[in-house]
Amino acid sequence: MKKNIQINKKPAFSLWIFLLAGALLSFSCSSTEQMMDIEYTSPNVSSLSNVEAPSPDPRVGLGAGLFDAEEAIWNLKKLSSTPPPKDFLGVTNSDLAFKENYAIQGNYNGVVVWDISDPSNPVLVKDYLCPASQSDVSVYGNLMFVSGEGYSGRLDCGTEGVQTAVSAERLRGIRIFDITNIEEPEYIANVQTCRGSHTHSVLKDPNDDENVYVYVSGSAGVRPEEELSGCVNMSPDEDPNSALFRIEVIKVPLSNPEAAAIVSSPRIFENLEEPPSHGLAPADKQAMEEAKANGAFTFEFGGSERVMSNGFAMRMLNVLIEERGGTAGEPTAADTTALRERATAMVNEMFGGGGDDSGRKGPNQCHDITLYPEIGLAGGACEGYGLLLDISDPANPTRIDAVADSNFSYWHSATFSNDGKKVLFTDEWGGGGQPKCRESDPMEWGANAIFTIENGKMKFQEYYKMPAPQTSQENCVAHNGSLIPVPGREIMVQSWYQGGISVFDWTDPNNPVEIAFQDYGPVAADQMANGGSWSVYWYNGAIVSSEIARGLDIFELEANPYITQNEIDAANSVKLDYLNAQGQPKFVWPHTFALSKAYVDQLERNKELDNTTVEMARQSLANAEAANPKVRKKILTELADKMDGMASGNEKVKMLTESVRGLASNQ
Amino acid sequence: MPLAKKTLWISVLVLWALIFNACSTSKNVSSSNSETISDQKADQLNKAELEELYWARIDSSKMNFTEADVEFMTGMIGHHAQALIMSGLAPENGASPQVRTLAARIINAQKDEIATMQTWLRDRDQPVPEVHIDGLNLMIHGAGMDHSGHMKMAGMLTQKQLVELSEARGKEFDLLFLKYMIQHHQGAVTMVQKLISTDGAVQDEQAFRLSTDINVDQITEINRMKLMLETIESEKKD
Repeated sequence: MKKNIQINKKPAFSLWIFLLAGALLSFSCSSTEQMMDIEYTSPNVSSLSNVEAPSPDPRVGLGAGLFDAEEAIWNLKKLSSTPPPKDFLGVTNSDLAFKENYAIQGNYNGVVVWDISDPSNPVLVKDYLCPASQSDVSVYGNLMFVSGEGYSGRLDCGTEGVQTAVSAERLRGIRIFDITNIEEPEYIANVQTCRGSHTHSVLKDPNDDENVYVYVSGSAGVRPEEELSGCVNMSPDEDPNSALFRIEVIKVPLSNPEAAAIVSSPRIFENLEEPPSHGLAPADKQAMEEAKANGAFTFEFGGSERVMSNGFAMRMLNVLIEERGGTAGEPTAADTTALRERATAMVNEMFGGGGDDSGRKGPNQCHDITLYPEIGLAGGACEGYGLLLDISDPANPTRIDAVADSNFSYWHSATFSNDGKKVLFTDEWGGGGQPKCRESDPMEWGANAIFTIENGKMKFQEYYKMPAPQTSQENCVAHNGSLIPVPGREIMVQSWYQGGISVFDWTDPNNPVEIAFQDYGPVAADQMANGGSWSVYWYNGAIVSSEIARGLDIFELEANPYITQNEIDAANSVKLDYLNAQGQPKFVWPHTFALSKAYVDQLERNKELDNTTVEMARQSLANAEAANPKVRKKILTELADKMDGMASGNEKVKMLTESVRGLASNQ
Repeated sequence: MPLAKKTLWISVLVLWALIFNACSTSKNVSSSNSETISDQKADQLNKAELEELYWARIDSSKMNFTEADVEFMTGMIGHHAQALIMSGLAPENGASPQVRTLAARIINAQKDEIATMQTWLRDRDQPVPEVHIDGLNLMIHGAGMDHSGHMKMAGMLTQKQLVELSEARGKEFDLLFLKYMIQHHQGAVTMVQKLISTDGAVQDEQAFRLSTDINVDQITEINRMKLMLETIESEKKD
């Protein structure tokens, strides 16, 4: 108030100032036609066919250390490196999930929640002690899911382990937490499974807002029936109720997550390998006759007659007894006669018709399944196979295709391209605890394999393995990663345990190229100490790595000739509310100047536009960005019209045109 | 300077700034956060303490094992060693490229696992079996188990079977190799099964991981070998 009065005392002077300012304003921004071109800086752009990586590779020969190891870094910038909270130190850090500003880090001792609002200074929010390997974590809404697989996980989260082979205190399966208050997660339910949960994936079906589905993959031993009823370790040929050769699907009602339960155990591996049928050998036929003579129950399944195990026969009998309202465990002669008559029908009814599933030689479990609900597909990494699954019916995934590869030992995980036309599988050769990146280890082993998906069939293209040889003190093999949403390209950041972090471009599936990396020296110089990056994922601009021994590392990309600042800015314009890397989100880019500029940079890099056109586009975008909305719209529309004339079938030019038009219509 | 004038100058500056902003290039000189990492000197000591705690934890975690875990590791070293002998025959016995690749992978994987199991035992002050291979002869030194003890393990080939394998050539070798390696691998799976059904066993994280990896890898390989075997057998019939 006081100020105004004082200013008003000198009206002439202030008027003069305003007039001057107005004149200047109109001088610099008046007409578009004669508008002065705005200065802009062209980014340094280089072709991917000729990447100049640091040479010699600085990742070779790094000094060892836990918190003081030597480090090599290229085209990445480290923002922070935070050791684990005390109770979690010396215990394996595992997978990551993200919700809002939080990174949730699994650890074999429980779960650690970090606030990463400031990526250069993550703040510990909660360290929840509840041991179980591998503590694979996912989130959906107010729920958090945690995997338990090992034999020492307890229902009560105790740290003392479970000392007996059969125990009512053991948890192997999925723990469910309410994280409405993320500072105090509330353990609300668990779902026990026969083989525990090595990993899991949360499926949010676009057509179902009332439930989420958790696909559970277990790779450890089958629990004894005495510990968890219904768990059978025999092959399905001997007992169709086998816990092998299947995954578990848990349905979680969002309004009542305590009621989460297994709804199906799809045998997605059925008939994967159909070996030539030999029928029963004479000796087998004789054994069958003897078994029958001794009163064993037989049934037809998968095209041949089989003998029912005693345990399974008893369960079948109990079903019949229950039907007539009798006491379980006390079959009458009528029950056994009924079972002899109905065995085949009952078995086939229970296990999806049976069909011809003779001689299962395929995998009996998956390591991990990556769900991509927006395209209705999932990639299953299942022992010796990579599977493509249709998940449009979430409780009943079906297999569309399967590939095997003699160079692949153990299919570990999958990542789709954003358009779903490519999929990348990893091979966790040696299980992650072995040094598989030594000079002598072939580049096709323990690598990624890239496939194109054509008409539902996967077609192999090329391998990619982090190229820097590591010592035999460093466990190293392909592991978890995610896409970085650079528009118009497939760029992935991936963990290689103690082989560090590798960022590579696989837009051309035949020619994956590394464009950034980070690597520490070994955790220990004189022994193999488990360490390295377990998972690294892009989340809203931050590249977050769960370091097995060292804690939580956060990076960001640095602009370089292979990814420009425009491309980084465009990637960072994608905002996620949450992320489970195994439930792949579809990226959608808002129309921003960064997006259009990123496409221009790519057109220059790939030499799909001549330099004059590239400069024209950059100039127009710079002018438009500086102009007022009305003028901006005009400049952008003019640019889009010009580009339309040049598109001539070039996809990238079309993408640029579309983004420029989108930008214009936003004005 | 009187307040009035000061305010005016500020408004002029603001206007100029507005003008320049409106039309300037988009070149964004963001104040990049040059300060990295939270490992500033202040918490050096903290880090040293953490490191000490880390290694103490690693050491104490090694004390959570049972006799069954030790027996498993000791036995599996000898078991794996025989797979090395078998696989080592492949190149000279005219194995197909497919079987040679498989044999090379088995050698690579099981050698590494032997080293891991030896380290596991050494770290826990247990006798460490050393493997010596001389042709078809396997000698295990330094652990409490004698030669015949090893030969009794599930899936182990008899010396007679080994000789038979070493004398086979070409397709015959492929068939016999696959048949015997399936038997051998199934033995390893049985050993894991036995381990996990023992009270108190595999509470140790490394033992859990190793036994699970062996279980999964060998089951995967058994399936692959069965498939290879069937392919060869069906070709043979044609």
